[in-house]
Amino acid sequence: MRHRSLLILTTGVTVGALTLSACGSRDEGDKSGGDETTTVTIGLDAPLTGDLSALGLGIKNSADLAVKTANKNKEVKGVKFELTSLDDVAQASQGQTNATKLVGNKEVMGVVGPLNSDVGQSMQKVFADANLVQVSPANTNPALTQGEKWQDDQKARPFKTYFRTSTTDAIQGPYAAHYMFKEKKLKKVFVIDDKKTYGAGLAGTFAEEFKKLGGKVVGTEHINPEDKDFSAVATKVKAANADFVYAGMEYPAGAPLAAQIKKAGAKIPTVGGDALFSPEYVKLAKANAAGDIASSVGAPLETLDTAKKFMSGYKAEGYKEGYDAYGGYAYDSTWAIIQAVKAVVEKNDGKLPEGDDARKQITEAMQDIKFSGVTGEVGFDEFGDTTNKQLSLYEVKKKDGKLQHVPVKSGEFEGGQ
Amino acid sequence: MNDLPQQLANGLLLGALYGLIAIGYTMVYGIVQLINFAHGEIFMIGGFGALTAFLWLPEGTSLALALPLMILFAVVCSVLVGVGAERFAYRPLRGGPRLAPLITAIGLSIALQQAIWAWYPDATKSRTFPEFTGPRLDFGAFSIERGDLFLLIAAPVCMIALGLFVSKTRSGRAMQATSQDPDTAKLMGINTDRIIVMAFAIGAAFAAIAAIAHGLRYGEVNFKMGFIAGLKAFTAAVLGGIGNIYGAMIGGVVLGLAESMATAYIENVPGFASFGGGAWKDVWAFVLLILVLLLRPQGLLGERVADRA
Repeated sequence: MRHRSLLILTTGVTVGALTLSACGSRDEGDKSGGDETTTVTIGLDAPLTGDLSALGLGIKNSADLAVKTANKNKEVKGVKFELTSLDDVAQASQGQTNATKLVGNKEVMGVVGPLNSDVGQSMQKVFADANLVQVSPANTNPALTQGEKWQDDQKARPFKTYFRTSTTDAIQGPYAAHYMFKEKKLKKVFVIDDKKTYGAGLAGTFAEEFKKLGGKVVGTEHINPEDKDFSAVATKVKAANADFVYAGMEYPAGAPLAAQIKKAGAKIPTVGGDALFSPEYVKLAKANAAGDIASSVGAPLETLDTAKKFMSGYKAEGYKEGYDAYGGYAYDSTWAIIQAVKAVVEKNDGKLPEGDDARKQITEAMQDIKFSGVTGEVGFDEFGDTTNKQLSLYEVKKKDGKLQHVPVKSGEFEGGQ
Repeated sequence: MNDLPQQLANGLLLGALYGLIAIGYTMVYGIVQLINFAHGEIFMIGGFGALTAFLWLPEGTSLALALPLMILFAVVCSVLVGVGAERFAYRPLRGGPRLAPLITAIGLSIALQQAIWAWYPDATKSRTFPEFTGPRLDFGAFSIERGDLFLLIAAPVCMIALGLFVSKTRSGRAMQATSQDPDTAKLMGINTDRIIVMAFAIGAAFAAIAAIAHGLRYGEVNFKMGFIAGLKAFTAAVLGGIGNIYGAMIGGVVLGLAESMATAYIENVPGFASFGGGAWKDVWAFVLLILVLLLRPQGLLGERVADRA
């Protein structure tokens, strides 16, 4: 009996696997025979499940919108775009697996994503080896484009296939430092980070600029991003008599941390980067989110004319989740890839070059891409960073009867150096 | 050092939470020598059970009124899953090689996480849990959240009730007998299967209470919360002497205190400036565990581990 059921099980699994792989392999014959349309697949990698999925799904939906728009407008003649989305569950190892998978799919000509800087780090080399262009809408760690020694004025671009539409922590942290010191006139900060590439990097750039301005760091702490109990840290913050807290981390840890600090009796705002700029942050910290500040890259979408079309389009598609903090950047990242494909197709008499050459040429074309995107003028400098250095700060306030992030300041960061 | 009372209170509350969960590990281990790694998930399911009950009540129901129903529902969910796990995952393997149920427990833990992740509405990210509002309760040197009162009352009440149950009732004594020698207990006419189910059920009920305390304290539940909490609770059970119910609570409190003390004060020790703070608290907690086990291999209150482990 046992053997037979095992046999049935094995057969079932094998049949299932075969069916799946049959679905996966495309019938190439159809397309090359027709000669009218080539399919170009744009890969997408983001955390689509788990704590950070609010941000990840916003990225996915926005990229989907860009692809649909391009197909509808016949943006590139003879090319039909498709989006294939992979979930990295915010883990570097999964991101790398996904990258390998995307490289293996010969139809993939560009990749949008990921969300997390450490995931980005793990993917870069895989894409560089395959000459596959990657545009991240959300990675903000400076080392990704400027090399490990970016702070010592020895900037060197590690991977020529890596681009991003978001600005870096090198200006995001200092931008918040200037605002808190000069406009809020708060001089004492307690800096907390989560030891991850993004969080620690951001907290570092903030603290350095804040000290340069004359502010005082009255304490530093590091937390484990999976923890929920921060009561001991909160008590320390209260005892340190800080004016505000700078939290270099993502909202799953940042929101309970901010709430617990206020509960511990320190009625001071928590300030953080773009990974705290999510409606989920307010939802998790509840009333204790009031007064907290998050910086984010770019101008508030609501204020940009170029963004209005994106927002109405997003609404029309009826996506279940909001576009969240990175939606606009994801749209622009996807659009940049579409434009690069367009440039290559136009250069090659209306056709994509054969084989690996296509990827190589698209990567080269990306360097010179320029267009008016959702988040403003999109273009890339010699490191692959965006030329748009706009930043904004949002404070959690009551608006339209509920707590939400309300823009308080927006501009380009020049000062400090 | 003026925040010492507050840090002690933080540690005590965290420790009581660990202790409540640790009861489940310790009872099951005491009776069947199984480390039930799915216990963290039974804890997590209690949290989702309580949340379901709260959402099911009409909006605007006060949390204090809803709490009894939430407790009931959480306990029912956890106990069902706990007993179900015993019946379908562990009992068929009883008497088999020792590692088989252990691996099953790990597999079950992953399966339960994924089940909640996939089927509980919107559980792919953290769900908010209702909290008591209002100012903190101030005791002068320290203060606590209103929601923590629940934990502060529930933990000792549960412990005393369990202690009385084990020492005074017939079933409790049968449980002790089974834990000491299952074969002889069976010869004496004790239905050991029933006792084992009871151990799983009590452990699950305590985990459900802990889950509500966890939700009230941190304001959210998520499908992953059982993993870290379970690991810590297991550590607490070992620290206190696995198999001993009072040891589980003591171990939990010691672990909680160790974590908050390490976060707050290690960095003030000369030469340890860079080994303090929240980043190192787990390291120090485990250093403590190792020290305790070196000096008292059976744990703080452990009984003879001797023959069967």
